[in-house]
Amino acid sequence: MLEGILLGLGTALSFKNMLMVIAGCLIGTFIGMLPGLGPMSIIAIMIPIAINLGDPSAALIMLAGVYYGAIFGGSTSSILINAPGVAGTVATSFDGYPMAQRGEAGKALAIAAIASFCGGTVGAILLLGFAPALASVALLFHSAEYFALMVVGLSAIAAFAGTGKVAKAIIMTIVGLMMATVGESALFNAPRFTMGIQDLQSGFSFITLAMAMFALPEAFHMVLDPRRSQAGGAGGGSIRSLMISRQEAKQIAPVIGRQSIQGFLIGVMPGAGATIASFLGYAVERNISTAKEQEQFGKGSIKGLAAPEAANNAACTGSFVPLLTLGIPGSGTTAILLGALIALNVAPGPRLMIDRPEIFWSVIISMYIGNLVLLVLNLPLIPYIAKVLAIPRNYLIPFILFFTLMGSYIGQNNETELLILVGLGVFATILRFADYPLAPLLIGFILGGMMEDNFARAVNITDGVSFMWQRPGTLVLLLVGAALLIIPALRRRRAFAKERAEARRKGVADGS
Amino acid sequence: MKLIPSLSSRRFLFISEAFLAPKTSLPMKLDRWIALLFLVGSIIYGLAAFRYPLLPFERNMAFLPNTLPMTLSVIGALVSAFILLAPGPSSEDSGVITVEEVKNFKLGQTLALVLGMVLYAVLLRPIGFIAATTLFIAGSGILLGERKYWLLLPIALAATFLVWYLVQQTLGIFLRPWPVFIN
Repeated sequence: MLEGILLGLGTALSFKNMLMVIAGCLIGTFIGMLPGLGPMSIIAIMIPIAINLGDPSAALIMLAGVYYGAIFGGSTSSILINAPGVAGTVATSFDGYPMAQRGEAGKALAIAAIASFCGGTVGAILLLGFAPALASVALLFHSAEYFALMVVGLSAIAAFAGTGKVAKAIIMTIVGLMMATVGESALFNAPRFTMGIQDLQSGFSFITLAMAMFALPEAFHMVLDPRRSQAGGAGGGSIRSLMISRQEAKQIAPVIGRQSIQGFLIGVMPGAGATIASFLGYAVERNISTAKEQEQFGKGSIKGLAAPEAANNAACTGSFVPLLTLGIPGSGTTAILLGALIALNVAPGPRLMIDRPEIFWSVIISMYIGNLVLLVLNLPLIPYIAKVLAIPRNYLIPFILFFTLMGSYIGQNNETELLILVGLGVFATILRFADYPLAPLLIGFILGGMMEDNFARAVNITDGVSFMWQRPGTLVLLLVGAALLIIPALRRRRAFAKERAEARRKGVADGS
Repeated sequence: MKLIPSLSSRRFLFISEAFLAPKTSLPMKLDRWIALLFLVGSIIYGLAAFRYPLLPFERNMAFLPNTLPMTLSVIGALVSAFILLAPGPSSEDSGVITVEEVKNFKLGQTLALVLGMVLYAVLLRPIGFIAATTLFIAGSGILLGERKYWLLLPIALAATFLVWYLVQQTLGIFLRPWPVFIN
């Protein structure tokens, strides 16, 4: 193994490959910042260039850099304009955007950069140590466990819903799942619920839905209520300080540590990836923090920002485990990377480590370098990146609207998509005013297809739902899902009982 | 409906919530109207799901294309009916918007912008990317109250060209730059 690490160091530290890392991270950050262009589209776009390089290590190193950069860039747009271009950074906007609105955009970006760096680095260390071992864990997962994993992901939504909003969060999840059933699924090769509209045959596009749920309501709200954009623009234009106080550092350090490991482990499981890792990371941190800190979540909590950021970067690294060791892509992004590798005449799989050790190890080593480059490049650039907030409203709003339109148009290349985007955006704005949480809809939509496929496979294999209690892994995961739902309810009930008891005592003291 | 058991715990949760919520009587608020909309939507979706035309070979499968949709429509109808009829206010801190807030909103401006986006979608191909985008950015800027035309127009035009160049030349995604009749 030491031999392998040295070989990897030798390859990754060559001048050409260093340049690849830097270029990849820069390109990824800048394109990833544009809402609507996620790592998947950027990597897909970069593939022709990577293949032209001819050298598989260099190509993979660059693409991995683009991947990291895009995730970081996505966090930037989530924090600054509440427009996550990547599903994995949706959770970042929950607390990052309120911080930016408070005028703490600099601090938010710095925390995001540091959490990402730690997550990525811890992930890379774990990858180095556990790649072969973890691959065998992932092999044990069957569709029944994947289904249970999705249920855990969906139950985590209970954590997003504030007091009295659980029913609303559930209905939004259901609507998201319903939307996911529109179009042709992989399992049943016939269009479902398309209402005869041909453009719906491939289903709703994730990017369109994400834009409609997050970017558009924000933009519309800014138009509806001019005071809103002034509050954001005035304080945010100048980054006051990137500094994080020692107390804050102490607060987020354990969060980052926990979420780096948890995120990595989730990332290893095919299909889970950065999205689930970030949502789950957020939910777990919210549930285990004290009641006082819990109130801060969603209003600009630094813990709520650090958790998904550490988790999604660690999960990105984790998703390379099944790709490199099994040749199974764990996510859309790694699937594209797999395509690039095959185009370069490299067959990923268990034999990659033996046949082409220089590729295997140099990719892992380049992950450390990539994370370092990201930190070094992005921390000093933050004040310039955050200048986005200083753009006057009359220019900012047209451009946000234009970028949302552009993002969904580029993805699908048809105008129906734009009309769907506008329609859903208006609907989402109304939902927001009715106090319905929007994130559960998107999560339901993202997980819906995968959940149905895995559920169907498990049902077909066991010819019924007996797998739910017969497979220990499934059972444990389902129990975790149930616990995620019950614990917040119990907590609330206890808090309520306490309140009532106190009220009663007060009543006695008053003599009434 | 043998597939529901895993979800019954969730139902327990929101039922218990209703009893915890303080009871005050309020007129039907926006969120209840939305719940009504979701209820109607779930029923329509459910009708489509239960009447889903199965293919002959699909009938004998353990898992059908409409298994999940049927389950979803039932849960969706139950949850939305619950929000609609729940005894307490469905949101005690009331994140729900009030009539006073809506009165201060610039509804006309927003609707005009939405209309602008629809027009952009319709006109993008016929009049080409450059014209449609420049018009959209400049138009919405003017709509929002920008009066420095000498600044707005060049910025709109430059941004349009830049984006077009990046998308078409660098990314290789085709965007028709000029109106249909020029090509």
